[in-house]
Amino acid sequence: MDDHIDGIDQETDASEAAETNQPNTRQFISFRVGDEEFAIDIMAVREIKGWTETAPLPNQPDYNLGVMNLRGTIVPTFDLRRRFGMGGTVATPYHVVIIASVKERTIGLLVDAVSDILTVHEDQIRPVPDMERIAAAEFLSGIITVEENMVVLLSLEKLFQRGDVTASGDMAA
Amino acid sequence: MAKKILTVDDSKTMRDMVSFTLKGAGFEVVEAEDGVDALSVLDKTKVDLIITDINMPNMDGVTLVKRVRGGGAHRSVPILVLTTEGGEQKKADGRAAGATGWIVKPFTPDKLVQVVNKVCP
Amino acid sequence: MSGGKITGDEFAQFRKTFFDECDELLTNLDERLSCLQEETADSEALNSIFRAVHSIKAGAGAFNYARLVAFSHKYEALLDLLREGRIEQSERVITALVNAGDILAVLVEAAQMEQDLADDYGADVLDELEQIMEEDGGVEGASAGDQDQAEVEVSNGDDGPSRFRISFKPHAELFRHANEPLLLVRELKTLGDLTITCDLSGLPPLRSLEPEDAYLSWTFELATGKSRDDIAEVFEFVEDDCDLEITRLDTAPVSGDQEKGSPNEAEAPVEASDAAASSAQKTSAVAEQASPKPTAKVVPAPQNTKGPASGTTGVTSIRVDLDRVDRLVNVVGELVITQSMLAQEAAERNEAGGLQAAQGHEEMATLIRELQECVMAIRMQPVKSVFARMPRLVREVSAKVGKQVRLLTTGEQTEVDKTVIEELADPLTHMIRNAIDHGLEDGETRKERGKAPVGTIKLAAKHAGGNILIQVTDDGAGIDRRKLFDKAVEKGIVAADAKLGDDEIDDLIFAPGFSTAKAVTDVSGRGVGMDVVRRNINNLGGRISVQSVLGKGTRFTLTIPLTLAVLDGMMVAVGREKYILPLTSIVESFQPERGQVRALAGGGEVVSIRGEFIRLIYLHRLFNVPGAITEPWNGLVVLLETANGGKIGVVVDELIGQQQVVIKSLQENFDPVPGVSGATILGNGKVALILDIEQLRNMPGRSDGSRPNGKHHIPETSSHAPDAPPNDGQPAAMAQTG
Repeated sequence: MDDHIDGIDQETDASEAAETNQPNTRQFISFRVGDEEFAIDIMAVREIKGWTETAPLPNQPDYNLGVMNLRGTIVPTFDLRRRFGMGGTVATPYHVVIIASVKERTIGLLVDAVSDILTVHEDQIRPVPDMERIAAAEFLSGIITVEENMVVLLSLEKLFQRGDVTASGDMAA
Repeated sequence: MAKKILTVDDSKTMRDMVSFTLKGAGFEVVEAEDGVDALSVLDKTKVDLIITDINMPNMDGVTLVKRVRGGGAHRSVPILVLTTEGGEQKKADGRAAGATGWIVKPFTPDKLVQVVNKVCP
Repeated sequence: MSGGKITGDEFAQFRKTFFDECDELLTNLDERLSCLQEETADSEALNSIFRAVHSIKAGAGAFNYARLVAFSHKYEALLDLLREGRIEQSERVITALVNAGDILAVLVEAAQMEQDLADDYGADVLDELEQIMEEDGGVEGASAGDQDQAEVEVSNGDDGPSRFRISFKPHAELFRHANEPLLLVRELKTLGDLTITCDLSGLPPLRSLEPEDAYLSWTFELATGKSRDDIAEVFEFVEDDCDLEITRLDTAPVSGDQEKGSPNEAEAPVEASDAAASSAQKTSAVAEQASPKPTAKVVPAPQNTKGPASGTTGVTSIRVDLDRVDRLVNVVGELVITQSMLAQEAAERNEAGGLQAAQGHEEMATLIRELQECVMAIRMQPVKSVFARMPRLVREVSAKVGKQVRLLTTGEQTEVDKTVIEELADPLTHMIRNAIDHGLEDGETRKERGKAPVGTIKLAAKHAGGNILIQVTDDGAGIDRRKLFDKAVEKGIVAADAKLGDDEIDDLIFAPGFSTAKAVTDVSGRGVGMDVVRRNINNLGGRISVQSVLGKGTRFTLTIPLTLAVLDGMMVAVGREKYILPLTSIVESFQPERGQVRALAGGGEVVSIRGEFIRLIYLHRLFNVPGAITEPWNGLVVLLETANGGKIGVVVDELIGQQQVVIKSLQENFDPVPGVSGATILGNGKVALILDIEQLRNMPGRSDGSRPNGKHHIPETSSHAPDAPPNDGQPAAMAQTG
């Protein structure tokens, strides 16, 4: 896992210098959940860390794993595999949590492994066709092909819309 | 028939002083050392007024007031709490728990009798 | 003394009690006086000084220490004038007070030692006290006889009969505290000539009469030589449990500029509690409008009695950027966590020479806790800063809606964390606005209902445990429960056939989008309602509740933690998880017998304790924690009480211990989660949730293990994911097995 992260850091530096300034290109971090490759915008990623235990919250969707401690900040963490309806992840310290910012909030995304940094020209991003294979296609924002492999771009905003992340039911009233 | 008063205080001096003064004024007095003791006295004896200190071991005065007001034979018996000057919070706590009034320590025998007469003539 | 003869022994003992008390009082006095030299005393400080002197005087009276009584009487009189704002806190006055304090201490000591002092001892200070009262306070003849007293009629005046109107409406609480109006009447009679009018109009028909409720009210007219304070003292025990107005009927010549502007001084009702204890502490919006505040014109000390006062008045506070304080608070918070992590680790390793290390850790923990308290104290501020904005609001709003409103505030000095104060302004503004707009009737209606045309709103703050209690009370129309219920039905908030208790109906005003005012006004408007207030308060970790009596008024009570940063909690274990329960909510914990636990038809379970049935909440079910003890009789039930007195029993595996925890917000990165008020980080770096008892009580108990949104997903088919589990319908277990 450490290798992963080191590799990414180096690549990030290199690619930033070389490629971010080019017009019409965007950078993504790709990661693996099961045998699927996904990617999210690198600008949203705050850091990547190993899995630590979470404290579960009551009355939440099942993909909400609860909250974890990120150096004193309480960060809600989500199991992407379950979010995609691919079953649940049995997390181990070798699993990876991507800490990301969504609408000024910090969340953790449990994935199997981080793969790569992708620098993509906007033209390379293809719209999502109607796909039945993945249960909730509405939070996919595009598809890129990287060396024969298909990487699905995720929209974190759509994946964790407020209502979705919100506790169910208004018990406080 | 003389009215019966229960005085609750962990300090013997205070108990003696209260008891002495009230007996002199024609009341019958029973004593208890703390809240727990007081509750057991109340189980056996019917009294017309309770005078209790606030700070006591085992069960403090505020809890005692709460317990007495919570139900039972002495639910509507007047209760006076003994407070010290500046013990506004304690006084407030006592009131919130259901005390009838308070006597500020130190008090003169006259003052004690006067306040007792105020709630238990 | 009516208490019979006191023997020598007893006398000696009582005497000892008195002098012990004097010691305390003098120490307190000393502290307060030295503060006085540094800053202008607030009413609380002045009251405290006054009480100390007053108590010494009272005790001295009992033991016939004439000299002590005489001196403390003058001292007390000056303090009284100061307290009422009739004398300003000039340097001269402060010097005199400090000197008088010294004299008092010597007089007490002399009394204790039974020494005789020179006849003129302290005479110069006594003279100075008298002069101040004459010159600054306009109290003539303070030193000479009483011949001028009747004319001057100072508020502590002893003589001269005056007539008072006393209107007295007991609340039900008065009876619950075992007070008895009849005895009060009897006591009033002893003060002078009493005329009694009893108002029976509040009496309901017999069959709807609640024996424990209060329906009667009285109006007394009293001709007495006693002062208003003496009358107020009769009502001392009941002032919080009744509506009481003591009005002086005959106008007394008023001295001092302060009150000249007030057009209806004689009519202005004075709260009994004002007169008794804290007149300076209360602010009357009406009065403030009419009369300029006594401004701080400093009277230089013309004849400076030799004393320590001059020269020592230095600045003892500095202004610090709030960001710096916040950073400090955060760092100390982290320090607490790190320290406990280290301590835990050391304990686990159990190294040789561990004793010394353990002691070191313990010491460090104490120091850090102390440090934390110090840091927290920096952030504490009196609520005055918020309360001070309210008179203006009351003026503006009352002018807009054309109602006469008087605002009384108490407890402005109550301290609370700065962040809390900032968050209080909006809810309070809203509630006071509501109270004026919807709560209070207009002048006409009030007259018809036999109320004073000027409506009263009370704003009060005080500490209660780890919380600050703020109450907004109006003497308006109260909540019309039937109307409120109908409105709720109309809005679809409750079903028409719902059976709600009075409290539950009152609670409807906190329902989203509720507004029952007949006319939509631009003051309160519609839509932004008490639901927003409740949400704001909940966000502070606080609660809001309402009590109301139709026709009498409404009281909102806010209970808010003093600080948003730390909490005294009880850590409990449930399976592998730890939870924090607020210590203040815990009544007791016990292991029930199997027979004490019963399942109800609706799926809930209750435990019976001392004849009471308490609903059980299983944390392991709510939070889906595997490996927890599932039967209460094998684990523990923690009995918790909410602010409204509701009780629940929470089923846990075991209690781990009491702990002060640093509260971390969940809301920073997540929406509010019902049942959870925050989180804290444990020594091992794991997160423990802090439970919200109030909300837990309202949560449906789930008896099955499934999550509400827990759709069962298609089974994992991929073989590439080595960790993919067999889908066994126990999704929550996954977080645990890592």
